[in-house]
Amino acid sequence: MHPSPTPVSRLAAPYIEGLRQGVLRYQQCTGCGGAQTLARYACQHCGATTLAWRDAGGLGTVQAATVVARAPSDDFRPLAPYTLVLVLLDEGARLMAHAQPDVGIGDRVQATFFEHLGQPLVRFGALAQP
Amino acid sequence: MSTLRKAYVKGVGNTAFGRHEGRSALDLMAEAAQQALASAQLERGDMDGVLCGYATTLPHLMLSTLFCERFALRPRYAHSLQLGGASGAAMLMLARELVRSGRCRNVLVVAGENRLSGQSRDSSIQTLAQVGDADFEVPNGASVPAYYGLMASQYMHRTGVTEEDLAEFAVLMRSHAQHHPDAHLRSPIALQDVLASKPIAKPLKLLDCCPISDGAMALVVSADASTEGAVVMTGAGQAHRHQHLTAMEDILQCGAAQAAGDAFAEAGLRLQDVAYLGIYDSFTITLAMLLEEIGFAPRAGAAARARAGDFSPTGALPLNTHGGLLSFGHCGVAGGMAHAVEAWRQMTQQAGARQVPPPPHAFIHADGGVMSSHVSLLLSREA
Repeated sequence: MHPSPTPVSRLAAPYIEGLRQGVLRYQQCTGCGGAQTLARYACQHCGATTLAWRDAGGLGTVQAATVVARAPSDDFRPLAPYTLVLVLLDEGARLMAHAQPDVGIGDRVQATFFEHLGQPLVRFGALAQP
Repeated sequence: MSTLRKAYVKGVGNTAFGRHEGRSALDLMAEAAQQALASAQLERGDMDGVLCGYATTLPHLMLSTLFCERFALRPRYAHSLQLGGASGAAMLMLARELVRSGRCRNVLVVAGENRLSGQSRDSSIQTLAQVGDADFEVPNGASVPAYYGLMASQYMHRTGVTEEDLAEFAVLMRSHAQHHPDAHLRSPIALQDVLASKPIAKPLKLLDCCPISDGAMALVVSADASTEGAVVMTGAGQAHRHQHLTAMEDILQCGAAQAAGDAFAEAGLRLQDVAYLGIYDSFTITLAMLLEEIGFAPRAGAAARARAGDFSPTGALPLNTHGGLLSFGHCGVAGGMAHAVEAWRQMTQQAGARQVPPPPHAFIHADGGVMSSHVSLLLSREA
């Protein structure tokens, strides 16, 4: 089974479309201003239903990191071992994505984009020191 | 209704866990259910409620009544329930409510699955991975071990838990499973074996992960006590704070303590009243996090209690004496029911070679998803 090249839920379509364009998008509540993790129907902070999609800057901090040695399917076996991370974007939303192998918890990272079997994906790499 | 009835666990049954080549989910469920009826000393006609789990190898719109027809039951209340690994504990909580309210007198809670032999390992792993978010998580090539590996990395970073600490629980569960003839994995392992086992999703290695098994479990929840000993369901609680790992807001408060707090409050008991633990252990990190968040060990202190022997059959707080998911095995919903089945056997002195001093109170906890859904139960022996 190949990963679907189209969003599975209409709710997340702006996010997937953003990946194709090389932009990280997240939902923000137009009421309280809170950022949403994943795609939702209502604000996780205040419950309002007025959510808008915003473009994120692509910068964040690594909160969790693993190296997947045992890929779940033939589709991902050629990539293994690969690093997956949870990143807290500077805007406040959290994201699961790929990462360069040298990335660790607490690192400041920057998003890049790649495609695997037609699926647009994010790979975080260490942010160049200023 | 002015007063609620008491709800007792009246009987239990199980198949061995492991490989049951050629046997279907229903075959396995029937074996466990037949044993549970015998254990409860009840006839088919006594069962007025049936709750069953789900089977990934047998997706069916009406699994509970499919099972009832095959097993020759005609209950007045039936359905299946889906809450991942927490399904079993959630069914027991619901069975308790059905009995307490007077809706049912005897509820059969049953689940089983040929998860190991009924499909390819890849198929099983992919089915399970779908517990992740379909747009944000799964497309990364994530898997259940990857979600737990990510979670473990963050928990270890925050608390100081080490890979050696986690390995301690794999060794402990295997040492317990050695004494259960129905356990899937019984060959002894040492700490070094766990640490040297092949990497799956860092920091988790093969022996940090539960196996995929075939098997089934069943319990009868009743308004009447067992003649082997009265085990009352004295408290229960649930918490559901997120579905996906990405959406978990606080790794130190994932919902386990909230569910446990409700259960203890309802039972009027404290942590120190409990003398037996049945805690969900899909991965070694699961067990460490649950023990520490609920408060049976300080943060990063669960492994020290294991090393001190506290969680052993001879210790102060025997834990999963059947071997847990890590070694007794995991066949889905039934895997999470095994903890309650073993607790009941210990409380009614039917644990054979594994028997510990019968605990007056036992605490059961299960989680579904990625620490997403939490169900806690308290069982108490009546004098």
